[in-house]
Formats: sequence, C-alpha cells, structure tokens
Amino acid sequence: MSSPAVPVTAPVAITIRSSGRRYARFFGNVATRSVAIVALALIWEIVPRLGLVDATFLPPLSEVLVAWWDLARSGELWEHTQASLTRSLVGFALAIVVSIPLGLLIGWYKPVANLLTPLLEVFRNTAALAILPVFVLILGLGETSKIAIILYACAWPILLNTVSGVRTVDPLLIKSARSLGLGPVSLFQKVVLPAAVPTIFTGIRLAGAYSILILIAAEMVGAKAGLGYLINYAQYNFAVPDMYAGIITISGIGLIVNQLLILTERRFSTWRTN
Amino acid sequence: MKIVFDNVGKQFRGVTALDGVDLSVRDGEFLVIVGPSGCGKSTLLDLLGGLAEPTSGRILVDGKEVTGPGLDRGVVFQQYALLPWRTAQGNVEFGLEAKHVPRRERAARAREYLDLVGLAGFHDRYPHELSGGMKQRVAIARSLAFDPDVLLMDEPFAALDAQTRDGLQDELLRIWEKTGKTVVFITHGIEEAVYLGQRVAVMTSRPGRIKQVVDVPILSQSEDVRSDPQFAHYRHEIWTLLRDEVNRARSEELEANRV
Repeated sequence: MSSPAVPVTAPVAITIRSSGRRYARFFGNVATRSVAIVALALIWEIVPRLGLVDATFLPPLSEVLVAWWDLARSGELWEHTQASLTRSLVGFALAIVVSIPLGLLIGWYKPVANLLTPLLEVFRNTAALAILPVFVLILGLGETSKIAIILYACAWPILLNTVSGVRTVDPLLIKSARSLGLGPVSLFQKVVLPAAVPTIFTGIRLAGAYSILILIAAEMVGAKAGLGYLINYAQYNFAVPDMYAGIITISGIGLIVNQLLILTERRFSTWRTN
Repeated sequence: MKIVFDNVGKQFRGVTALDGVDLSVRDGEFLVIVGPSGCGKSTLLDLLGGLAEPTSGRILVDGKEVTGPGLDRGVVFQQYALLPWRTAQGNVEFGLEAKHVPRRERAARAREYLDLVGLAGFHDRYPHELSGGMKQRVAIARSLAFDPDVLLMDEPFAALDAQTRDGLQDELLRIWEKTGKTVVFITHGIEEAVYLGQRVAVMTSRPGRIKQVVDVPILSQSEDVRSDPQFAHYRHEIWTLLRDEVNRARSEELEANRV
C-alpha cells in the first residue's frame, strides 16, 4: 500500500525542481542581459577615479547620478522633459495623421504613385537635419519649427511603410475577395487595410525612435527649454555632470518609448507570428 | 445544363491560352478537368469565376452569361487564400459578410459549416495555427457557407501530403453528396480525377482545348477503390489521352527555352 505514495510525491518534486530551474533560468537570463550594462557603469565609475581620463570631462557615474537627482528634485529636469516630450508627441502624432492616409492613397492608386514617387525619392534621401536650417529660417526659432522638423522626420518611415504595406498585400487574398464579389471599398477596408497594419506599425515604431533622435538636435538650435537645450546649455556652462544627466535621461526616454511601441505593435499583429 | 462553355477563347499578350473550348456541366454534377501544366486549366476556372473575361465566346451559368464574380459560384484556391488576421470562424464569416447575411445569423452559419467540414472545436484558431489540410477545410467551409450553386476548385489538394489528400477527397465526395452542389474540379492528378469525377474532361496542351470527356461510372464500393481493375482501366485511358499532350507540352517548352 505504500506504492501509491511514490507517484503522488514524484510529480510534486518534479514541479518544484522544474519551477526552481525556471527561476534559475530567469535570473540567469537577467544576469546575462545586465552584464554589459553593469560593466559599462563600473568602467564609467572607475576609469575617471583612477585618473585614466580627466574627471573634469568624464566625471564618475556616481557624481553624474547625484547631479541627476539634484536636477530631478529641483523640478528642472521634469520641466525640460515635459517640453521635449510635448514637441516629440505633437510632431509624431501629426506625422501619423498625415502619412497614413497619404501612404494608403499612394499605395492603392497607381497614378498617384507614379506622380509622387520621384518626389518622394528626392526628399527621402535628404537627411532631415540638413533641412533643419530651412525650417528655422522659414518658421523661426519657436515651437513651430521644432515640431515641423520632427513631423518631417517621422513622416517618412510611416509613409514608406504604409505604401509598401498596401503594395505587398498577397494578390491571392485580393483575388479571393474579388471572387466573393467584394466591391473596391469593402476590399480595401476588409482585406488591404488589415493586411497592411503590421507593416504600417513597423513604420510607426521607427518614427517613434526618430521623434526622440531628431528632437534633441532641434533643441540644440535656439531653444529655451527641453533636454537638448539642457545638454547644450550645461556644456557651455561647464556643468559637465548636468550634461551627462541630460544624456542619461534621453537614453532612458528613448528606451521606454521604443519598448511601448514594440508592445503596441505586438498587440496589433498577433496573427503575424511566422 | 448548369454551366455551358460556348466556343470560349482567351489570349494573353498575343499568346493563346484557350481556344474554342466547348464544355457543358450538368446540374449537381462532379466534373473534373485534367490537363498538362500550363494548358490553361486555371484560366478556364478564372473565366468561369468571373475573375477574367474571355477574348471570344461566352460562358453561361443557368443560361445567363457570366459578366463578373458572383455569389452563385464559390472558388477554392490551391493556396487556401485565408485571411491570416481572422480566425477560422472569421474567415468563414467573411464570405457571409460579402453576401450581407445578418450578423447574428453569420456566426451560427459559420459554425455549422465548420462542423460540416470536420473542424468543430477549431473555430477560434488562426490560419497559422492550422495544418495545410485544415486550412483547406476552412476554405471549403467558407465557399460552402454562402451557399453557391457551383463550387469551383483549382487544384485544391495539390499542396497537401498524400494521406491528407486522400482524406479530403473522401470528405469532399461526402459533402458533395450531402449538399448536391455542382462541382468543377481542376487537377493534374489522374488518380484524383478518376476517383472524384463523374466525368473527366481532358485538355490539350497550349492552346488549351477540350480533347475528350470521359464518363467514369460509379465504381464498386470496395474499401480500396484505387486497386479495383475498373479504376485501373479508367486511369489508363486518361493517362493515354494525357501522355501525348504532356509530351507535346514538354517538347514545346524545350523548344522555347532553346530559342
């Protein structure tokens, strides 16, 4: 009668062991993924302290973090972040609103594509920052020119991905929908648009990254607030730890934005697993 | 006559794909069309589906000329053509939406037809979660659900492995008997043609014409029809008809590549 006890306890032991192993693997993963970051932090801390580089130009990480904390506590950091995020978000949102309909139009109507493609090729291959002076010249130094340059930079990846998303819809799906007698409007709404969504989202994610990258450059030219301004201003005034604090904040924001967009993208394209 | 091809011809950029095709299909009949590859079998089906227009001649369904796609004909493609962002259920409902079936009725009908093709319990799976055979079952359910009179099938089982194909052939015959649809089935498989068809139309190589229509009576209901001597007889007859065409198509292809 003692034999039933064995099969009962055995699975329990296995689950404990396997869940233990799962935790071990999870922490192992986290450890592997943090090694490089931790190493960078350590090097940043130690190298200036050993005098291998001039601590005036590269203060140890701990000093930078203290400066960051001071900026955060005084509310100054939040003020700059808010100014930056507002510009980024407005430019990014406008780019979505403008580019997606335009991209759908270009992708779907051959004549529109033939008309606009050469123009698009020219602008696409002109770096956004090369045009920044033009924007400043025409729109002035205020918010308008900054939002405009972000809008411009974000518009391209969304536009081009929307066009290619519409163009690359599986022709068989269109043929099959036509065989059901679907008219052009329902065909677009029920087949072309949903098929293009994942590609459009890839464009949106790229644009999200651009909105942060371009913003900083835009803010270094004649701004009175924003993280780009903070970094530039700190450098002029030799507040080197503040400068690094600004840079760290920017990387953090970039990472968070990208992560959020990846999550949204996944939610919209669960069906595209292979 | 349910379907009539009346001297139908089709040209693509100067190349004659079909020339003078005459063929009639009876109501409720299971007709199989076989032919060498590139003979215009699929073009014939596109014309019947209203997805392309004949260059000459006309096609009648129920005495009315085909002018475009319509829900009286359902098409099943070799590559399934399922919408990857919709579940099995959603894909079947897609055809019903095209027919403007009320929303509530759609769900019930989709489920009914998924059951019919043996996919009960798989209604919430996405295409990428289904095997090739299951995807084709969904596609068949989609084409049956909006209740067309005619089912047009373009090499529907060609991409499947042999066992899955055998299973689906039986399933298709069962569904055909149950629903009484007229089926026009295209294949390049001779065995498949003899096994499924009441009549088998053999096409010539390009330009495609109907070479001969072979009547295949209902063979003995033995467990393994394919090894029946009568089955072998019809298989051989169609094979002989096709052999010359296949050879001709091959030598023409070689000739074209040499130039």
